[in-house]
Amino acid sequence: MRISTFFYCLKEGIKNIGRNIWFSLASAAIISACIFLFCLFFALTANVQYMVRMAESTVGITVFFDEGISEAEILAIGDSIRERSEVKEARYISAEEAWENFQKEYFKGMEELAEGFADDNPLADSASYEIYLKSIDDQAGMVEWLDTIPEIRKINYSSDTASGLSNFNRMLGLLSAVIIIILLAVAAFLISNTIMTAAAFRRDENKIMRLIGATGFMIRAPFVVEGIVIGFVGAAIPLISVYFLYRSAVAYMMEKFGILSNLMEFIPIQEIFPEMVAVAMMLGVGIGFVGSFFTIRRHLKV
Amino acid sequence: MIEITDLNKVYKAGTRALKNVNITIEDGEFVFIMGRSGSGKSTLMKLLLKETEPTSGRIIVNDMDLTRMPRRYVPKYRRRLGVVFQDFRLLKDKTVYENVAFAQRVIGVPIRTIRENVPEMLRLVGLSSKYKSYPNELSGGEQQRVAIARALVNSPEILLADEPTGNLDAHNSMEIMGLLEKINDRGTTVIVVTHSQEIVSQMGRRVITLDRGIVLDDSGEGGIYDEN
Ligand SMILES: Nc1ncnc2c1ncn2[C@@H]1O[C@H](COP(=O)(O)OP(=O)(O)O)[C@@H](O)[C@H]1O
Ligand SMILES: [Mg+2]
Repeated sequence: MRISTFFYCLKEGIKNIGRNIWFSLASAAIISACIFLFCLFFALTANVQYMVRMAESTVGITVFFDEGISEAEILAIGDSIRERSEVKEARYISAEEAWENFQKEYFKGMEELAEGFADDNPLADSASYEIYLKSIDDQAGMVEWLDTIPEIRKINYSSDTASGLSNFNRMLGLLSAVIIIILLAVAAFLISNTIMTAAAFRRDENKIMRLIGATGFMIRAPFVVEGIVIGFVGAAIPLISVYFLYRSAVAYMMEKFGILSNLMEFIPIQEIFPEMVAVAMMLGVGIGFVGSFFTIRRHLKV
Repeated sequence: MIEITDLNKVYKAGTRALKNVNITIEDGEFVFIMGRSGSGKSTLMKLLLKETEPTSGRIIVNDMDLTRMPRRYVPKYRRRLGVVFQDFRLLKDKTVYENVAFAQRVIGVPIRTIRENVPEMLRLVGLSSKYKSYPNELSGGEQQRVAIARALVNSPEILLADEPTGNLDAHNSMEIMGLLEKINDRGTTVIVVTHSQEIVSQMGRRVITLDRGIVLDDSGEGGIYDEN
């Protein structure tokens, strides 16, 4: 394609938008709304996922064993735990280690108090395994399996935080997908109408073009350009607003709930923005292209 | 050369617009097609432009068989023709210059070539001074001259004009005819559809007379035909 042909199509496409500004704005607005929602969900799920991952690396399952069981037996069970595919890491904590940890935590600065227990380890039966899973989603199954081991006396795990977040994320993803698909359908419909109106505006021109010997490509390209430009604008507006909105929202949260900031960690916008831009542009430009391409193919015979 | 053999056109509604038409037109000829309204003149033009398909028969234009031409070749084929209509069909929101340039732009001619060709065409039709005007600022005769410039800018081998003077007074009509003759002198085959017995007799060219889809006469000056 000649460069002048490219500019011709671009110019005519933009002219189409100008002639049909209200329809075009409505289409761009719906696409904007759709992509704004998408960006919102995207940022939310990314952050929740981030928190889940943080939780996964800090939250584990702790199992304690029956009294009187030997260390060798415990280690054998530990080996079979490690063999499970969902286990990332399993760490053995002997009774002595548990007691030392306990002392360090509770008798800080008053070590002489602990001396009173001397060699009489009060946590003698507290040998344990700390198990970290690859994914928090496997936790329920893992706990179930651990329950079947008779030598295990007690299983400590946090059932809500991580897996709850994970479930929340899945729900959020599903909900957002449904809403976005509905909005995309509305957007495609509006673009299709916009393009049909534009084609009606240019009916005479298109007829003349045909008789002069313009190819189907030359006749149709301006309309597809129109769709793509609308889609592009419809994606750019929410992207720009989300960029600034996200930054100030994070800053606000950090200031307001600063004390909790070690619990609530947000992904910096720079980290998720490139991916967000890529997907949003694909959505916007894609819907603009598809909406106009198929409309013009069906309604503008060349 | 245009060779039309046993051409029939029946519209979906059942109208037989052309019946067993046989016409041969040599390169560089100037031909009038005459006939009263509804006799099939425009249908013949549309068939030559491949705007519509014949029901049967053959049309061969410069060794190209239109009935066998693949769809994707049609734009290329049309670039070898120029068309002019009764109602001018100019783009109202474009200037004279842009209207003519448009014909080149839509087929991807480079800007530099367009800048050379368009003024030359406007000179040929005598509208150099009005290149900035819009169609509604021009008289009917001037608008038709713009349309002719547009039809010629791509250097067509054949110029098809469907009642080009239908909306013009006698004086403007003769000017347009003069222009068409000038174009014919440059070697372009010119086919003009007209109602006007007066024009035809003044021009003294070959006249093909159609009547209800049949070639009634293809001998000389269409003398036997009385307008309406
Ligand atoms: N698109 C069409 N569909 C159906 N009938 C048509 C169509 N175009 C023309 N006709 C009919 O074909 C006949 C010839 O029309 P046309 O070629 O336009 O005649 P002319 O140009 O000589 O006035 C007329 O009876 C007209 O009503
Ligand atoms: Mg007619």
